Amino acid sequence: MAAITTDQHGHGHGSGEPDVDYIRKSKGLMSWLITLDHKRIGVMYLISVMVFFVFAGVMALLVRAELFTPGRTLMDPDTYNRVFTLHGVVMVFFFIIPAVPAALGNFVLPIMLGAKDVAFPRLNLLSYYIYVLGGCFGIFSMINGAVDTGWTFYTPYSTTTNGAVVWMVMAAFIAGFSSILTGVNFIVTIHKLRAPGLTWSRLPLFLWGIYATSILQVLATPVLAITLLLLMLERTMDIGIFDPHKGGDPVLFQHFFWFYSHPAVYIMILPGMAIVNEIIATFTHRKIMGYRAVFISSLALALFSFLVWAHHMFTSGMSEYANMVFSALTFLVAIPSGVKVFNWTGTLYKASIWVASPMLYGLAFLFQFCIGGLTGLFLATLATDIHLHDTYFVVAHFHYVMVGSTVFAFFGGLHYWWPKMTGKLYDEKTAKICFWLIFVGYNTVFLPQFVLGSRGMPRRYYDYLPQFQFLHQVSTVGSWILAIGGFWMLFMFVQSLRNGKKSPWNPWNSAGYEWGSPTPPPLENFNKQPVFTRGPYDYHLATDAELGEEQVK
Amino acid sequence: MTEAAAHADDHDHAHDEHGGEHHGDHPKWLQHHWDTPAQQFDAAKIGMWAFLGQELLFFSGLFVAYAIYRTWFGEAFAAGSHQLDRTMGAANTCVLLFSSLTAALSVRASQLGKKSETTIWILLTIACAFIFLIVKYFEYHAKFDHGLLPGSFFGTPRDMLSFSPLPPDPKVAEHLQELPDHTHVFFSLYFVMTGLHAIHVIIGIGVWVWILKRNLRGDFSKRYFTPVDITALYWHLVDLVWIYLFPLLYLIDYVPHGGHH
Amino acid sequence: MIHILSLLTPAPAAFDLPPAIATEAPDVDWLYNMIYYISVFFTAVITGLMLYWVKIYKRKKGDKRIETPHFPRLEIIWTVIPCFFVIFLFHVGFKAYMKQAIAGQDALEIRVRGQKWFWTFRYPNGREENNHLYLPVGKQVKFVISAADVLHAFYVPGARVKKDAVPGMYTTMVFTPNVEGDTPVYCAEYCGAPLGYPEPALEGAPHGGHSAMMAMIHVVSQQEFDKFIKEGPKRPEGLTDAQWGGKLYKENACVTCHTTDGSKGTGPTWKGMFGKPVELNAGLSGGVGNTMVDEAYVRESIAKPQAKVVMGFNPVMPPYNLTDKQIDAIIEYMKTLQ
Repeated sequence: MAAITTDQHGHGHGSGEPDVDYIRKSKGLMSWLITLDHKRIGVMYLISVMVFFVFAGVMALLVRAELFTPGRTLMDPDTYNRVFTLHGVVMVFFFIIPAVPAALGNFVLPIMLGAKDVAFPRLNLLSYYIYVLGGCFGIFSMINGAVDTGWTFYTPYSTTTNGAVVWMVMAAFIAGFSSILTGVNFIVTIHKLRAPGLTWSRLPLFLWGIYATSILQVLATPVLAITLLLLMLERTMDIGIFDPHKGGDPVLFQHFFWFYSHPAVYIMILPGMAIVNEIIATFTHRKIMGYRAVFISSLALALFSFLVWAHHMFTSGMSEYANMVFSALTFLVAIPSGVKVFNWTGTLYKASIWVASPMLYGLAFLFQFCIGGLTGLFLATLATDIHLHDTYFVVAHFHYVMVGSTVFAFFGGLHYWWPKMTGKLYDEKTAKICFWLIFVGYNTVFLPQFVLGSRGMPRRYYDYLPQFQFLHQVSTVGSWILAIGGFWMLFMFVQSLRNGKKSPWNPWNSAGYEWGSPTPPPLENFNKQPVFTRGPYDYHLATDAELGEEQVK
Repeated sequence: MTEAAAHADDHDHAHDEHGGEHHGDHPKWLQHHWDTPAQQFDAAKIGMWAFLGQELLFFSGLFVAYAIYRTWFGEAFAAGSHQLDRTMGAANTCVLLFSSLTAALSVRASQLGKKSETTIWILLTIACAFIFLIVKYFEYHAKFDHGLLPGSFFGTPRDMLSFSPLPPDPKVAEHLQELPDHTHVFFSLYFVMTGLHAIHVIIGIGVWVWILKRNLRGDFSKRYFTPVDITALYWHLVDLVWIYLFPLLYLIDYVPHGGHH
Repeated sequence: MIHILSLLTPAPAAFDLPPAIATEAPDVDWLYNMIYYISVFFTAVITGLMLYWVKIYKRKKGDKRIETPHFPRLEIIWTVIPCFFVIFLFHVGFKAYMKQAIAGQDALEIRVRGQKWFWTFRYPNGREENNHLYLPVGKQVKFVISAADVLHAFYVPGARVKKDAVPGMYTTMVFTPNVEGDTPVYCAEYCGAPLGYPEPALEGAPHGGHSAMMAMIHVVSQQEFDKFIKEGPKRPEGLTDAQWGGKLYKENACVTCHTTDGSKGTGPTWKGMFGKPVELNAGLSGGVGNTMVDEAYVRESIAKPQAKVVMGFNPVMPPYNLTDKQIDAIIEYMKTLQ
C-alpha cells in the first residue's frame, strides 16, 4: 500500500548503484549557471530572491527609521520617496512574486509529481536569466537616480516626474516575462508529468495552489506588460494616452494597472496558502480537512481575482454604480478564503500535532491571515473603505497578507524543505527563537498601523503630526526586532550549510510524495520511477518505513 | 517559444542515460524526462496554447484602450481611419491570411515527412511576412510625411529615419487643420497597436528562419514535427490579431463604392 | 433596522477613529465598529481553537494515524453563513456610502483644486482661498474637486470622506458638518515632494510635499460664514503688508520652489530679484530675451507663469488666482528681500 518503497533507502530496483545527489553530481560555477536541473535553478532563484529580499528589507528599515520622529530624521522627502518606492518595487516584482513558485516551487514541484524535471527545462533556465536581466535593469535605474512614484506608478505623476522611471518600468516588464514562462512551464508539468497513480484527486494541495497561481501568472501578467509598455511610450514618446491635456485619461492607467495587480496579489497569496497545506498536513499527520473544498477554493480565488480590480479605486472618481458592483464582487473572495481557514483549523481537531519550527510558521500564518483577511472586509465595504483608503490601515492590511501570511509561509516552506534541498539540518532551537523574534517584531510593526490608519494617517507620508508619533515609534521598534530575527535566521541557515547535521531522508515523518525521494535527491529525483498507490496525505495507509524513524519522542 | 523542441546534443550528456545517440525507443529528439513522444508533443502543444493565451491578454489591453477612446472620440477615430490606406491594409490582410495557409501547409508537409515541400512552404511564409513588413514601411512612411504621428508628435511631418522635421508644406498643414481635435489619440493607438504587431511579425520571421534551418538540417520527420506545428500556431495568432486590427483601424465608417454616406 | 443595530454596538470608539464632525459619519462608524468586533471575535475563536487543540493533541509516540474526520454539514454551514453575512455587509456599506455621494438640491457647492502641494478653495461667490476652508455648520456641502497637475486626494477624516482630485476631470463628494470647530484635511494620494526641505504651505503642517499638503476646515456659524465669504481673506490684524506677503509666500507654497536666501530651487530665488533686470529663456517667452522684475512682471508671472520663463529654469509653475491685495502684499514682501 505504500507509495515508494525502495527509493528512500537508496537502493534501486535492479538499476544498480543509486545516483549521487544533485549537488555533488557536477562541480564548478558553470555547471550551476548553465544547468537544466530544476533543483539547481530553484536554488539559484532562492539565492537571488533572498538577495532582493534583504535589499528591500533594508529599504523598509530605512523608511521606518525616518518615521521614528516627525520632521527630518535621516533623509530628505525626495530621498524618502525613492526609498519607499524601491522597497515596494523590489519586494513585489523581485521577491514575493517569484519567491514561492520559482524558488521553492521549482525545487519541489517535479519531485512531488514523481517526475524527473519540469516540462521545459531550458525554458526554466531562460526564465531565470530573464528575471536576472530584469533585476539588472532595476539596479541600473537605482544607480541613475531611482524612482519616486510608488510601486503603483500612477499617472500623471509617473509620466511627469524626473528619475529613471523607464529603466525601473522595464525591469518590472522584463521580470513579468520570467513569471509568465514559469507559469506556462508549471501548468504543462502538472498536466503531463504526473507519475503513474497520481490522479488529479490525489494531487498535493501545494500543487493545486501552484497550478492556480500559474494560471494567474499566464493570464494576468501580460496585462501588466501592456500597461507598463504604454507607460513607457507615454514617457518617451508622449503618446498622450494617460495625459488629460491630450485627451487621455489618468484613471485608465489605474484600471489597466489593477487588472493585473489584483490577480497579482493572489499570485502572492496562493503559493503561501499552498505551502501551509503541506506544513499542516505533515505536522498533524492528517489529510487536510475538506481537501476538495480547499482545492476548489484555490481555483475559485484565481477566478474571482479577475473580477474585483477596481476595489482599489473606490475614491478614484468612478461612478457609484461601478463602486457598487466592485464592492459586491469583492465580497466573493471572502468566502473561499474563509473556507480554507476553517478547514486548516479543523484539521487540527483530534490530530497528532508536532510543533516543529515549520509548523510555528504555519500556525502564525493562520493567525495572521485571519487578521489580514478580515481587515479586507473593512476595505470591501464601501463606506468604511472611503475613510480607510490610502491610509496606514491599507498598508497594515496588505502587509498582513503579503508578509504575515505569504512571507511567513515562505519561511515555513524554507525550513520545511531545507533538509530536502541541502541534505542538512539547521539548529531547531535557534529556529524557534528566531521565529518568536520575527513573530513579535512583525506584529509590533503592523498591528499599530491599523490604528494609525483609522485615525486618519495617510500612507506614503514622509512626515506627520505629533499625535501620530507614539504609534510610529512602536512600529519602528518592531522593525528592529523583526530585523534581528530575520538576519539571525539567515545566519542560522548559513551555519547549517557550513556545519549542519546530516538530515535523515524523512526528517519530518511526512507522507508527502517528495519525501519518498532521497534527501537530497539525485539528478533525476528518484532512483526508480515512483508509482503512487495512495494519496499524499493518507497517513492511515503510509507504512512506518515510509515515514521514517520517528523524530518526535 | 519553441523551447520544447529539443535535440539530445543540447543536453548535458550526464543527463542522458542513453548517451545521446539515436535509439529505437528513445530517439535523439525525445528529451530525457519524457516517457513517450506523444507525451512530449502534447506538452509542447499545451505550452504553446498557454503562451498564446497570454499573448491574447497582452493585446487585449490595447483593444480595451481602443474601445474606450473610440467611444469618447468617435469623430476623430473616423477621420483618422480615413487617413489610412485601405488598399495597402487590405493587401496586407490577404498576405497574412495567405501566409497562415502556407504555414499550415508547412506543418502538413512536415507531418508527411516531406522535407523539400516543407522548405518551400516555410520560405513562402517568410516571404509573405517580409511583404507585410515592406507594405507596412510604405504605410508608415506616408504617415510620417503627413505628420500623422502619435501624441504630441502629431501635426509635424517628419523624416522617418532621422525623425527630424521636414520643411513645412502648406498643403499638408491645411489638411492637418481640417482634422478633428483628438485625431492624435487615434494615431497614438494606431502606431502602438500596429507597431507591437509588427514586432511580433519580426519575431515570427526569426523563429521561422530557425525552423527552416532545422528542417534543412533534417531534424524533422513523420515522428517529430512539433517545432513546426507550434511555430505555425504562433503564426496563426499573429495573423488573427491582424484580422482584428484591420477592420478596427482601417474600416471605421467604411462604406464601399456606390453606398450611401 | 440599521438604527436598532447601531444601538447594539458601542458608540464610535474614540480609541480608533477621529472625532466625528459630520452627520454622515456615525453610519460609517457603527459599521466600522461592527466589522471590528466581528473580526476580533473570529480571530479569537480561530486562534483560540488553534492554540487549544495544538496543546491537547500534541503528538505522542504511538499516536494512531487515522483519516481526517468529515463534517459535511459543518462545511456547508461555514460556507453559506458567511455568504449571508457578506451580503449584509455589502448592503449596509453601500447605503452609508451613498449618503456621501449624492448631494441634495440645496447643498453649498465648494470647488476644490489640488496642486503640488496645497489646496485652493473657491466659494460660490467666486472668492478663493488657499489652505483654509470655512463652512457653515449644519449645511450639506457638495465638493467639486479637481487637480491642476497630478493626482491628489481630498481627505477629511473627521467626516470619513475622501475623493481623488484628478486633473482634467471633476469628482464630487458630500458631507454635512455638524460640529463647530477645526478639522484637518489631508492629501491622500501620493503626489511627490519638493527637493530640499522647504516649509509647508499651511503653518504647522508636516513637511515633505505630499505629507505637507494639509488644509484646515473651520466649521463656523452661518453668520460667521456669511461674513467671511463676503469680506474674503484680509490682511491679518497687526501685520504690515510686507509681513502678510511673507505669510502668503508660505501659504501659497511659493516657498517650495522660490528661496529667499539666494540658493537655487525649482524656481528663481527672490533674494535681490525685485527691481533688477533678469534674463529670460526667449524660446519659452515668446521671443522676449529679458525683462525688468517690476510690479507688472510679478503680477503677470503669478497669473500666467508660462508667459515669461527665466533662463535656466523649467516652465513648471502653475497659475495662481490671487486677489489684487494679496499680490500687492507679496510684492511688498519681495521688496524686503534685497
